[in-house]
Amino acid sequence: MLKRLAACIHEYKTASIKAPLFVSLEVVMEVIIPYCMGKLLDNGVTPGNMTYILQIGAVLVLLCVFSLTFGVLAGRNAAFASAGFARNLRHDAFHNVQRFSFSNIDRFSVASLVTRLTTDVTNLQNAYQMIIRITVRAPLMLVFSLIMAFRVNHRLSLIFLCVLPLLAFGLGVIIKHAHPIFTRVFKTYDKLNRVVSENLHGIRVVKAFVREEHEKEKFNTVSESIYSDFVSAEKLLAFNAPMMQLSANSVMLLISWFGAHMIFDSGNNAAAGMTTGDLVILITYAMQILMNLMMLSMIFVMLTMSRASAQRIYEVLEENSDLKNPPQPVMDVKDGSVEFENVSFSYAGSEDKLCLKNISFSVRSGETVGILGGTGAGKSTLVQLIARLYDATTGTVRVGGRDVRDYDLDTLRGQVAMVLQKNVLFSGTIKENLRWGNENATDEELEEACRLAQADGFIREFPDGYDTFIEQGGTNVSGGQKQRLCIARSLLKKPKILVLDDSTSAVDTKTDALIRKALRDYIPSTTKFIIAQRVSSVEHADKIIVLDGGEIEAIGTHETLLGHDQIYTEVYNSQMKGGEE
Amino acid sequence: MAEERVQRVPTSPRGNRIPARGLPKQKVKKGTVTRLIKAITKGNLLRLGLVIVCIIITALSSVASSLFLKTLINDYILPLVQTRSGNFRPLLIALCKMAGIYLAGIIAVFLQNRTMAVVAQGVLKKIRNDLFAHMQTLPIKYFDTHTHGDIMSHYTNDADTLRQMISQTVPQTVSSIVTIAAVFVSMIVTSWHLTLFTVLFVAFMFFVTGKVAGKSGKYFMKQQTSIGDVNGYIEEMMQGQKVIKVFSHEPQVKETFDKKNDVLFENTYNANRFANNLGPINNNLGHLQYVLCAILGGVLATRGVGGLNLGAVASFLQLSKSFIMPVNQVSQQLNAVVMALAGAERIFDLMDAAPETDNGYVTLVNAQKLNGQLFETEEHTGMWAWKHPHGDGTVTYTELGGEVRMFNVDFAYVEGKTVLHDITLYAKPGQKVAFVGATGAGKTTITNLINRFYDIADGKVRYDGININKIKKSDLRRSLGIVLQDVNLFTGTVMENIRYGNLDATDEQVIAAAKQANAHSFISRLPEGYNTMLTSGGANLSQGQRQLISIARAAVADPPVMILDEATSSIDTRTEALVQKGMDALMKGRTVFVIAHRLSTVRDADVIMVLDHGRIIERGTHAQLIAEGGTYAKLYQGAFELE
Repeated sequence: MLKRLAACIHEYKTASIKAPLFVSLEVVMEVIIPYCMGKLLDNGVTPGNMTYILQIGAVLVLLCVFSLTFGVLAGRNAAFASAGFARNLRHDAFHNVQRFSFSNIDRFSVASLVTRLTTDVTNLQNAYQMIIRITVRAPLMLVFSLIMAFRVNHRLSLIFLCVLPLLAFGLGVIIKHAHPIFTRVFKTYDKLNRVVSENLHGIRVVKAFVREEHEKEKFNTVSESIYSDFVSAEKLLAFNAPMMQLSANSVMLLISWFGAHMIFDSGNNAAAGMTTGDLVILITYAMQILMNLMMLSMIFVMLTMSRASAQRIYEVLEENSDLKNPPQPVMDVKDGSVEFENVSFSYAGSEDKLCLKNISFSVRSGETVGILGGTGAGKSTLVQLIARLYDATTGTVRVGGRDVRDYDLDTLRGQVAMVLQKNVLFSGTIKENLRWGNENATDEELEEACRLAQADGFIREFPDGYDTFIEQGGTNVSGGQKQRLCIARSLLKKPKILVLDDSTSAVDTKTDALIRKALRDYIPSTTKFIIAQRVSSVEHADKIIVLDGGEIEAIGTHETLLGHDQIYTEVYNSQMKGGEE
Repeated sequence: MAEERVQRVPTSPRGNRIPARGLPKQKVKKGTVTRLIKAITKGNLLRLGLVIVCIIITALSSVASSLFLKTLINDYILPLVQTRSGNFRPLLIALCKMAGIYLAGIIAVFLQNRTMAVVAQGVLKKIRNDLFAHMQTLPIKYFDTHTHGDIMSHYTNDADTLRQMISQTVPQTVSSIVTIAAVFVSMIVTSWHLTLFTVLFVAFMFFVTGKVAGKSGKYFMKQQTSIGDVNGYIEEMMQGQKVIKVFSHEPQVKETFDKKNDVLFENTYNANRFANNLGPINNNLGHLQYVLCAILGGVLATRGVGGLNLGAVASFLQLSKSFIMPVNQVSQQLNAVVMALAGAERIFDLMDAAPETDNGYVTLVNAQKLNGQLFETEEHTGMWAWKHPHGDGTVTYTELGGEVRMFNVDFAYVEGKTVLHDITLYAKPGQKVAFVGATGAGKTTITNLINRFYDIADGKVRYDGININKIKKSDLRRSLGIVLQDVNLFTGTVMENIRYGNLDATDEQVIAAAKQANAHSFISRLPEGYNTMLTSGGANLSQGQRQLISIARAAVADPPVMILDEATSSIDTRTEALVQKGMDALMKGRTVFVIAHRLSTVRDADVIMVLDHGRIIERGTHAQLIAEGGTYAKLYQGAFELE
């Protein structure tokens, strides 16, 4: 895991090395400066030697300048390295997410991916900055102090060595218990994000049903569990500082006790052994060791917390897309012919919950295919297999005579334009949204596509025309307008296959007819799949597929189906009845 | 069909949109600090009191420990050595005493940490809950103009900035203040000249710190804004993932993301760069102070000013060291403080967003009829009444009927862009009123006015004869069942989703509603029937199935007035006919507003209104309109005259 994450340091390696280097230099300064200060006090102030004060003072000022420079450089590099690390993490994670299939996304859930790419990355960023700034400092100081302590009196210093393993053990126990809690906390964060996100998306439903209180309760439950998890984690961590103090203080008391004995034995004679001066120094070092232990333990706390985050980001980075490009992908779609051979499909990937069963049919390039069927019959599922949004569970889907799994994904999707039932426009201008279909489309091409999709008229009526801003999800255009924009967007791809998944349901019948006419006249060679509820939308198709419960009930033309196929006839009659009144 | 016009023009100026780049106002607002302090202290006074006591104990214990060494040597070890008595008992007692003091300090630290954990998390929880509660009161417009991910960022990224600050900075600051106060007194006693100098110098340090912190704060603010931006972008793209795939638009999305990511990087880098400078700057200023103090002290002592001797200067220098250290600690915490302020300000901004105005005072109550008179009751009677308190203290009750009238309504989402013109309509209880018209003709807008998602001037819309602006919004909406064009389901079981319409509904009632909506048969076929979990808003259901659930949800609410906005657009016509039958039974005697493109859906309405460009151009029954031979007739025949 660490290896994968460390790969994200990448171009910030230099800064990541420089930062601790400067920190070390700063530490050196920090050791020298107090030494000079002591000298200043003992040899300058106490005897009243003004020249000495000025001399050492000047040296000190110089040292301060060095120390400041090193400090600032260390800080700058640390900031650069950690911000860059976070940037690369987000970059890599987001780019990998773009490769995900829908089953990949379902495995994580949208809310969780959002948390992982922001909150978790921020945690890791903070931890990383801490590592390169303090992780060098604390152990360095610790080792330095320990060495000095041993030089003064190695027998007494053994006390330090007795306490350290105990301390490590205690810290280990805390971390072992805290880690699972933090892992849980971040899962709850996902839940929090999900509740907020669903509330935002469904705010009209919430308000329409006056469910604000209910939503608040839902939120408060999640909020409460974040609270209790965090509190129990932090209560565990609360043992940390006292434990450090306890051991440091014990060390001090033990040193005092044994030190006193040793001084007694030596008669406070340096030649014979221990002196009071040694004791003072030892205790000063003990204090310093305590300080650095505290710092180290804080780092461990940070690391515990970020370990959960690291794991979560790692999962995103390492997730492999279910939909893979073949090793030697086909880069060209020959024509718009489509063939299904014994295709079955299940979203769960298991054979027993099939949404499509044994679908077989073939369509020649340029044909128009109507798909009709009841709610939940599998119409949308069927067409999504053409663009390989999902892979068939069994059987083969062929486009242009080749198995869809042989194509390069982008090539395939470039030739299969889908207007989805659940349309999404993105925040941005109409032009920007349209250019999704073809980035390099000229204004004329945009307008041409919009004319075909019968969208040009209403766009021109907007005060800002094609530059009108669309809010997230397209809340500021009506359903029918949205659908037509989406059709125009797909037309700009100039695809070999065009799939309209109930994409004119909110458009009036006349406009619907105009759109179909335009499609027939202007892109005759494109294979068109039209899913619709209205018989009128599909009755002139070359082929009509009637789906029922995931199976093909009948295939034929309007003439062959009407009166022969029960479902088709029923649907037709239910819609025609009115006309005969 | 006539040309169309925009249904809703984006609000402009879009000042509250998230600026990804550029220089938005980045100075922390004045009130933020006070508000934050209030948020922390409110309801926590007792705990914070305990924390302060703990901190004082800790501070005293550490002072005692620093004094202990001197006592240990002078009073115990040296006598031992000198007398060579070998009596270690007094030393043992002294050490035990010290152990007691240490222990007190340790316990205090422990208590303080645990209490602060509760305080910090409690404050965060409260802020989150308040934020969410406030968000529920915001008008629809707010949600239209802010990306969802950015709003979500308030709950996670912004709230997180407060965590570190509250749990670490607050106790650290208090403990530093205690130490500073104690040392300050000793300093004054030693030499007021040098104290004055030190204080001036510390003021200078604060000035420099403030400058640097201000710079860093500016970038922290930008950092939080760009985190929100990135959050928003990720969320929106994840929601639209299918479209991205269909268009193979991944490279462009990545590119845009990288741009936003780079802005975030810039801001994070700058924020941390300045924040990281605080430590070294203050440390070295502290050293500088020491040197300058030594020089000044030396000069003063040699000239004998203020009765200062060299010994006093020496001890003053030691004191000033312990004075500067906590000052440094505090100023290094500023880093966390500025970051927290940046987060807090964003949170407070959301909390300050103006809620939906609701001056309604007419409420919906359970009623009972006795001798032809209406009475308010506690229990559910199936009969409802509007309780209308008047200025003179009297209260009148009007039976809930479901009559809706509109008088000459004009409406514009954005000033100057009128989308409804002179709409007058009358829906009697039990009538089915249909709106027909091109997309963007204003059909949805009319229903948005009835449920007060948007407000208009007084008296133009009346419900059972009452001006709807006088009706409390929640009561008004409770009396309306709405099935919206875009179905939103929540994570939970199918049962829970239908029950959303009426939280008190029994399982039987839910199933009955589902049957009415003709959703029962497909739900029974789901792997776990009504207990099937819907994830990601019911992504595993087809659009039509989602609509059926949404209709069942409205049916279980059992409201007197129902608004169906393209409620059956994705349902096949056979199923729709069945749904219709169920709905007709359900809506018998109730008012229904239907919006549909499919004319078969509206054919049997009592009155059909044909809308065009925000005006009602025709009204009447199906037969009347066909006879009139106007737009509706053409539209109707047009459906079967393609080509």
